[in-house]
Order: sequence, then C-alpha cells, then structure tokens
Amino acid sequence: MVDVPLGPAGAVAPADVEDVELYHPHSWVTKYVFSQDAKVIAIQYSFVALSVGLIALVLSWLMRLQLGFPGVFAFIDANAYYQFITMHGMMMVVYVLTALFLGGFGNYLIPLMVGARDMVFPYVNMLSFWVYLLAVLVLVASFFAPGGPTGAGWTLYPPQAILSGTPGGQEWGIILMLASLMIFIIGFTMGGLNYVVTVLQARARGMTLMRMPLTVWGIFTASFMALLAFPALFVGAVMMLFDRVFGTSFFMPAIVEMGQPLDRNGGSPLLFQHLFWFFGHPEVYIVALPAFGIVSDLISTHARRNIFGYRMMVWALLAIGALSFVVWAHHMYVSGMNPYFGFFFATTTLIIAVPTAIKVYNWILTLWRGNIHLTVPMLFALAFIVTFVNGGLTGLFLGNVVVDVPLSDTMFVVAHFHMVMGVAPILVIFGAIYHWYPKVTGRMLDDTLGKIHFWVTFLGAYLIFFPMHYLGLMGIPRRYHDLADMALVTPSVHTLNAFITIVALIVGATQLVFVFNLFWSLRHGRPSGGNPWRATTLEWQTPETPPPHGNWGKELPVVYRWAYDYSVPGADQDFLPQNQPGLTRAAPGSSHG
Amino acid sequence: MAVALILVLVAVGSVVFHLVSPWWWTPIASNWRYIDSTLIITFWITGAVFVAVVLFMAYCVYRFRHQPDRRAHYEPENKKLEWWLTIITGVGVAAMLTPGLFVWRQFITVPEDATDIEIFGQQWQWSFRLPGADGQLATTGAHLISPDNPLGLNKDDPKSRDDVVIEGGELRLPIGKPVKALLRSADVLHNFYVPEFRAKMDLVPGQVSYIWFTPTRTGTFDILCAELCGVGHPQMRGKVIVQEESEYQAWLQDQIARNFARLAPAAN
Amino acid sequence: MGSILLFLSILAVIAAWWLSRQGLASKPWLEQGTTGTLPEANTTPSSKVGLGVFLAVAGSLFALFISAYAMRMQLPDWRTLPVPGILWLNTAMLLLSSLALHGARNAARRGEMPALRIGLLAAGISALAFLSGQLLAWRQLTGEGYLLASNPANAFFYVLTGVHGLHLLGGLVALGRTIAKTWRETATEPLRLSVELCATYWHFLFLVWLVFLSVLTGWAGEFIDICRQVLT
Repeated sequence: MVDVPLGPAGAVAPADVEDVELYHPHSWVTKYVFSQDAKVIAIQYSFVALSVGLIALVLSWLMRLQLGFPGVFAFIDANAYYQFITMHGMMMVVYVLTALFLGGFGNYLIPLMVGARDMVFPYVNMLSFWVYLLAVLVLVASFFAPGGPTGAGWTLYPPQAILSGTPGGQEWGIILMLASLMIFIIGFTMGGLNYVVTVLQARARGMTLMRMPLTVWGIFTASFMALLAFPALFVGAVMMLFDRVFGTSFFMPAIVEMGQPLDRNGGSPLLFQHLFWFFGHPEVYIVALPAFGIVSDLISTHARRNIFGYRMMVWALLAIGALSFVVWAHHMYVSGMNPYFGFFFATTTLIIAVPTAIKVYNWILTLWRGNIHLTVPMLFALAFIVTFVNGGLTGLFLGNVVVDVPLSDTMFVVAHFHMVMGVAPILVIFGAIYHWYPKVTGRMLDDTLGKIHFWVTFLGAYLIFFPMHYLGLMGIPRRYHDLADMALVTPSVHTLNAFITIVALIVGATQLVFVFNLFWSLRHGRPSGGNPWRATTLEWQTPETPPPHGNWGKELPVVYRWAYDYSVPGADQDFLPQNQPGLTRAAPGSSHG
Repeated sequence: MAVALILVLVAVGSVVFHLVSPWWWTPIASNWRYIDSTLIITFWITGAVFVAVVLFMAYCVYRFRHQPDRRAHYEPENKKLEWWLTIITGVGVAAMLTPGLFVWRQFITVPEDATDIEIFGQQWQWSFRLPGADGQLATTGAHLISPDNPLGLNKDDPKSRDDVVIEGGELRLPIGKPVKALLRSADVLHNFYVPEFRAKMDLVPGQVSYIWFTPTRTGTFDILCAELCGVGHPQMRGKVIVQEESEYQAWLQDQIARNFARLAPAAN
Repeated sequence: MGSILLFLSILAVIAAWWLSRQGLASKPWLEQGTTGTLPEANTTPSSKVGLGVFLAVAGSLFALFISAYAMRMQLPDWRTLPVPGILWLNTAMLLLSSLALHGARNAARRGEMPALRIGLLAAGISALAFLSGQLLAWRQLTGEGYLLASNPANAFFYVLTGVHGLHLLGGLVALGRTIAKTWRETATEPLRLSVELCATYWHFLFLVWLVFLSVLTGWAGEFIDICRQVLT
C-alpha cells in the first residue's frame, strides 16, 4: 500500500511553513459579527464575559448589603440571598473567569504568540463563541423564569438542589442552570480544540515548545485540563437533570421532602459530589494556570529580566495540571465519604503545594537584580503575588484534612477561595488588559486612572478578604444570610461585616473607573506604536498595530530565540525580539548564532 | 519607594491584625485540642512564608527599581538554588502534613468505650436519639417516617423499645465521656457543627456518618448546620448542654419517663 | 472513579511520551538561531490532531459515565437489567459499519472511486441500522416494564446507549457530508482525509460500544473481580 502524500492544506514540513489559506470576510457581518478571526472572537468573548462579571459584581453587592446590614433591605430575603450567591458563584467561576482566560486571552494571544495567522479551525472557533453566548442567555433567562434562578449554591448539591426547600429546585431555575452548563461545555469543547491544536500544529518556524512564552504554556495546559475535566460536570448535569425531570434516582436516596416521602430509592448524593469536584478542582487550576503564565510574562517584561527558571516553570505548570486531577476529594473531607480517603487526598493536596511554591519563588527571583519599572501591569503582577501567596497558603490549612474539619463550610473557606481565585486572577486580568490593550487598540490606557484603579482594587480586596478568614476561625458558617441568635457572634462581628461591605461597595464602584478608561482611551489614549513595552514576544512584532486579519502580512515570522532574552549581555538593547536573529538589530537575513 | 513601603505595610499589617484580632476561635470544649495545635503550627509556617515572600518582594522593588543606568542581571536559571528551595518547601509541607495525618487517624478511630447517640437532621431542625438501657440504637427506615414516628424507627426491632427520642433540638451530654455521634438525615445534606467541639460531619440521606468527641467542659453550646440545606439553613439550630454526670442522669431519667409515656399512651 | 482515573493515566502516559520528544529538558536560552533538530509544528494534518484531542474528550465523558455506573451499582436498590437480545444484532451492524469504513479508507488510498462510494454507503446504512436497532431495544425494554425511572440500572442503560447513539448520530452527519462530496468529486485524493477521519471516529465508537456492552452484561465486573482475585 503506497502512502500518497497529503495536500498543502493538510501537512506542513518543519523547515518549510506553508501559509494557510484563511477565510477572507467581505461584509461587515462576516468581519465583525460572525467573524472567524480569532482576534474578533477574543474581543467578543471578553466583552460578554466582562458584562457577565458586572452582573455578578452587582449580585455580590446585594449579598454584602444583607451581611453588612442585615434586615435593612427587605427584598433580600433568604430566597433571594441564596439565588444571588448561586448565580454570583457560577457566573464568576465558569462564565467569567474560564471564558475570559481561555476564550478571551487564549483566542487573542495564542495565534499571535506562536506566530500563526489564526486558529486552526476558524469556523468551529466562531461557533464556540455563539454557543457560549447562548449558554449565557439561558443562564440569565433563569432570572426571569417562574420561581427565579436556582439557589442551590454554585456547587448544586443534590438532593436539595432539585427539591422544594431550595429556590428553583422544583421549578425552572435548576433546569435552566443545568442546561446552560451543558451548552457551555459543548461550546467550550469547540474552542478548547482550537487552543490546543493550534499550539500543537501552527507554531511558526523556529518556535519549539520551549521557546513559547509562559502565557501560551499556561493557557495551553489549562485548555487541555478543561477539555478533560468539563465532561465530569456534564455527566453530573445530565444525571441531575434526569433526576429532576424524569424522576430517576442517580443521586436521590430514599428521603422525605418537607415531611412527605418521595418515590425515590438508593441514589447517592456523594456520587454527585465526586463527579462535581472531579471537575471542580481542576477548574480552579484552569482559572489559575493562565494567570500564572500571564504573570510570568508581565513580570519579565516590566522588570526587563528573563523569567527565572523557565524550565522549572514549564514543568511546574505541567505537574500542577496533572496533579490537579487527583486532589478533588479535599472538597469532601466532611462529606461523609470513606474516612480513609482523607489520608490520600490530604497528601496529594499538600504535594501540589510544592510546584506551586516553586513558581512563586521564580517570580520573586525574577524581580531580584531586575530593572523594575513600576508600570500599571507590573503593579498588578506584584499584587497578584501577594494575594496569591496569601490565598494559596490558607489552602494549606484547608488541605490538611483534620485542620479542615473545624474550618470547612465557614467563612474561612469563602475568604480562601476569594483571595486565591477571585482576587489574584482578577488582578492578573486587569494587569493583562493594561499590558495588551496597546496591541489590541494601538493606544495606551490612561496611567493615572490605572493607578487609582490599581490601588483601590488591590488594597480594598485585601481588606475585604483577609479579615474574613478570622470570622471563619470563630466558627461563623458560610451561606448564612442571617447571623441572628448565634451565641458566638459578638457586636464586633457585625461591625466587621459592615466594614467589609462598605469596602466592597467602594472597590466595586472603582471598577467604573476601569470601564471608563477602556472606552475613553479608545479615542483619547496616547498612541502606543507596535511595541510600547519593548517586549520580546512575537505578538509585539507584528508589522501593523492593531494586527490585521492574518496577523503577519505577507510573510510568517521566523523564530531565533526563546521568549525571555531581556538584558542580554552584549546586545545593543535590553530586549531581543524572538524573531531577531542576532544580538544587534541587523538587516533581516543576516544570520548570527 | 512608596510601593515597597506599602508592601511592607501589608505584611506587617497582616501580622499585627492576627495578633490583635478579637476574632479568634471559640474556647474549645472537647478533646480535640490537637486540631488547634496543628492549626497553630500551620499558622506559624504559613505566616513566616507570607511575611518572608512579601518583605523580599518589597526589598526587590526598592533595591532594583528602574534607574537610567540600571541593567538587569542575566541569569536564566540556578539549578542549585531551585533544588534547595524545593527541598525546603517539601520539608515545610511535611511538617504540616505529618501531625495533621496523625490527628486525623485519631479522629476516625472511635474509642471502645464511646457511647452511641444519634443525631437526626431534617429541614430544618435537629432531633436526637439515645440508645437507652440496652445501649443499642434500633434500626430505622426513611419510609417509616410519619407524624407519630418522626425519626422513622423500626418499631418491630426490639431495640427500639428503650430508645429515647428527643425532638426539637436540645441535646445533653455528660462531661468527660466519649460519644460516638451517628449522623442521619431525613431529606437533604446537613452538617452537625458545634464550634466549641471542633468536630463536624455532613449528614447524608441514605447513609449514616459519624464523628466522635469527648466533652471537656460544661456549658451550653449552639448547634449550627454547616451544609446548605435550603432556605431554612441558617435557622436550623439546636443546643448541646454539657453537664456533670449527676445532673445528666437526672435529665436522662426524666427523658426516659417521657418517652415511655409517649410510646404507650393507653397505659396512662 | 477507577475508570476515569485509568483512562486519564493512559492519556498521561501518551502525553508524557510525546512531551519527552519535544525537548522539555533543553535550555532554550542556549539555542539561538533556527533549530534543525527539534520539530516546530507537527507534520500530521491538523484535523487528525483535532480528532485525536476530541477522542480524548469523548473518551473522558464515556469513562466518567462508567465510573458513575460502577459507583451507583454498589447501592442495594440496583437490579441488573437483562440485556435485550437485539443488542447482539446491533453490535454486528456496528462492526459491519466499521469494516465498511475501513474498506472505504483503503479504496480512497488506492484511488478506487466505486469501491469508496460503496464502502461509505454501506457504512452509513449499517450505522443507521445500528441506531434503529438501539431504538427497538429501548421500545422492547419499556414494553417489558423496564422504565427509565423505575431502577438505576434501567436509567443507566438508557443514558449510556443514548449518549453513545448521539455521538454516532453526530458522526453520521459528518459521514453524510463526506458521501455528498464523493458524488461530486471524480478523484479520491481530496477525500482521503475526510474518509480517514470518519474511519477513526467509527472505530473509536465501536470500541466504546464494546466497553459499554461488557459493562452492561456484567462481563467487565466479572473480569475486574477475577483480576482482583488473581492479584490478591
């Protein structure tokens, strides 16, 4: 049997990157609405994700108003409160953070950073955004459905999630939530295939894996994890939907509902928890790993120093990605599962702290003997390190099984996951937007507004969540909309809650400064040129800014060096672009080793 | 300069907050003070790491801030340093994990002399069941739950005759005696949590979970539900009253008498 | 969760093997100029790599359903379902479908257009026969009283066969488009990639079906018990 070589659109030999035939849109609709250009899709994802984030932010204000000033706002009753916390949580984790890091940053940065013209499956990529938008619309529809959205907590534990004691349980709320999640997962799979395969297939000539910037490594690893972890949520959602709609007993044991026995038998609520957290734990790393990658690039660019220990950084990303699949039951230490599992999961959970710590050391060692420019992106990167270390360390309390026992389901957990997943990655998102806005728009964001945004957000968020840990230490449970009649709640607790609420409102309001900056700078921002930060990575070396359809003009770039040649001895500048052959800016074509 | 100072302020401020915070754990009322000890070890190690990292960052931000003639040092990696840091981290992690696992083993190993009691949760109240004179709890079934059998006791089981049922959330325990609390739910997930006892565990419908503890001081403590169980979750409260042995026995006899009266109303 | 962990371990081994050939231990700051030794991008067509990744995702989904099945079946209310006889006929249909696609792939490679067309059509028809047979199995079971909600074993049967069938249906859409292209083209060369992708997907779904069958008939459980006895 003779192997007939495949045509040009299919195969690319390593030393001879064939240019890909791109889809060229001609109408306004195909250019800006149903666009197959990853950059447009990225902006679409980002716009929708940030809008969902604003909704979720408002929901958090409503929750904090009730906690800080209980009973003052009569419309925030128990029903409403539980609906708010559920929607806030699910929106932020899945529809904002995951979509923004992977759909937003992934779509924009991956092709540019690896030297490709676009993603490898542009049509599917376009579909992925519209499916994501559909998922968002289905989720938001639950606000308008009879009974309102589900109030089961973002963890959606059965049996209560589908019973009448929980808002939306015996109505449309939970159905719309589960349907929305299933649609999101299908849409994400379409996008994730693109992110992963583009990194594997479409790298420019000379771009080996170890020359890729850590941003790409972070998003790539996270995308792969997400592709494998989201099916667990899908399975759980299908089975819960069946329990709710068809009366099956996947998760529903023999129980009574408000005193009336249900026609169910034998199902296991723990089965749902295993499935949910098998997704849920990798999910938090799916949010964290892109942040890790981006922060590495922000620090090295703005400190004019190569990221310290690049190899260990790559290995640590891969190790964290792999290990994240075997720690899930640390969310279930007090779930009533087999107690012996506690030994195993506590061990794996504390082991995962080691590669994570290595990354922290390497970030701060990149600052050491650097040339630190305290630009707005650098400020956000520094704040990330502070808040991530804080949040990550409190994770060690919770990961150590017996220490988790008094702390689980208290405000300590709420403080921990907000600090490590809510504050730290969001700071990276802001830093990344200040950093890459010039590439996307050709203009700089206003520096003064940026610094105001930074200081209020960083210090405010720290003031919100650091003291909250101590409420949890006292024993104050989470998911309580009312702390009345609790002996351990002293007046100072109410004072602290009120303080946290006020700071939260201030921090929330300050985000308007950022939104204003985004739109104002489109017209009035200082023109940035192609590489205002003097960075080495490929996306800054495009012939035009903003990059046009096809990114690179006539010729694809060729890569001669790794992504971190900052302050190289003997070079004429303190950075060497990845597509520059020699130490000096010689004419293209002259070779140098 | 300002940035470095603020970073130092964050680190120092956090430590000061920790030291002066009026918000600290409730004084322990059970034998699980080893949990508290492990918590303290963890605070020391993580606190030291946090302060060290942030102060180091502050130093770098100050010392290596951009100046016109500054050039960053070019050093792609330092294998020795990275290995040392990895090893030290591993040691720190082991230092927290090891005591933790030892205490966990204690936590799941119920002592021989522990008395069984049952803690029954439903939306949204706590009930309790004591084994009575035979020291054994009767079997139960969710399908048996009815208005006059709220805990679903199996009336055909001979052990059920002396079980003492306490509805409405006030459990009493004698001081100094280990107790194995069997946790059972009628409907959804709940969690039995008394902050002073430190121990807690979910109540899972369809199975029986457990915790064990020994009350070590008298007093009245709140029972808080610690697993979201619907809109009444924050109102699902109870009380545990730890008493001296003599007072406890007096209460117990009273409960037994009441139960007898309820089980055989016709006999009155 | 054994099934999904086993599946992920296999993927991890493949990933580790592939990564090890990408120079993960190299020092990129020492390598300047275009590297000749290491591959930049893969020579395999992107759609094949994409299908491979998709199979990992779908495999993860199926493995998770099996893990859920394994956990749920241990609870006392489980009543094993008698496997309807028609499933064996359906299995034969699916095997036929895979074989037809295998033949079609060979025909595409050899440039034999008539054989290619027949192979694709046969694959499509037998796959449709498989799906109809599955629906018949459902009707048979519900007719005999094995309703969806009456027992978790029933529920799992419908869910497992349903999710597999939906994936096959998706594949039929792709196959249909390939068949349409076959009628438009005269040479087999431009069709080779599509046919190869369909064939790979079909073999994967057949393998998944065999695994599901062994789980539903209880053979998988017995096999695991035997292994456990042998090892302990």
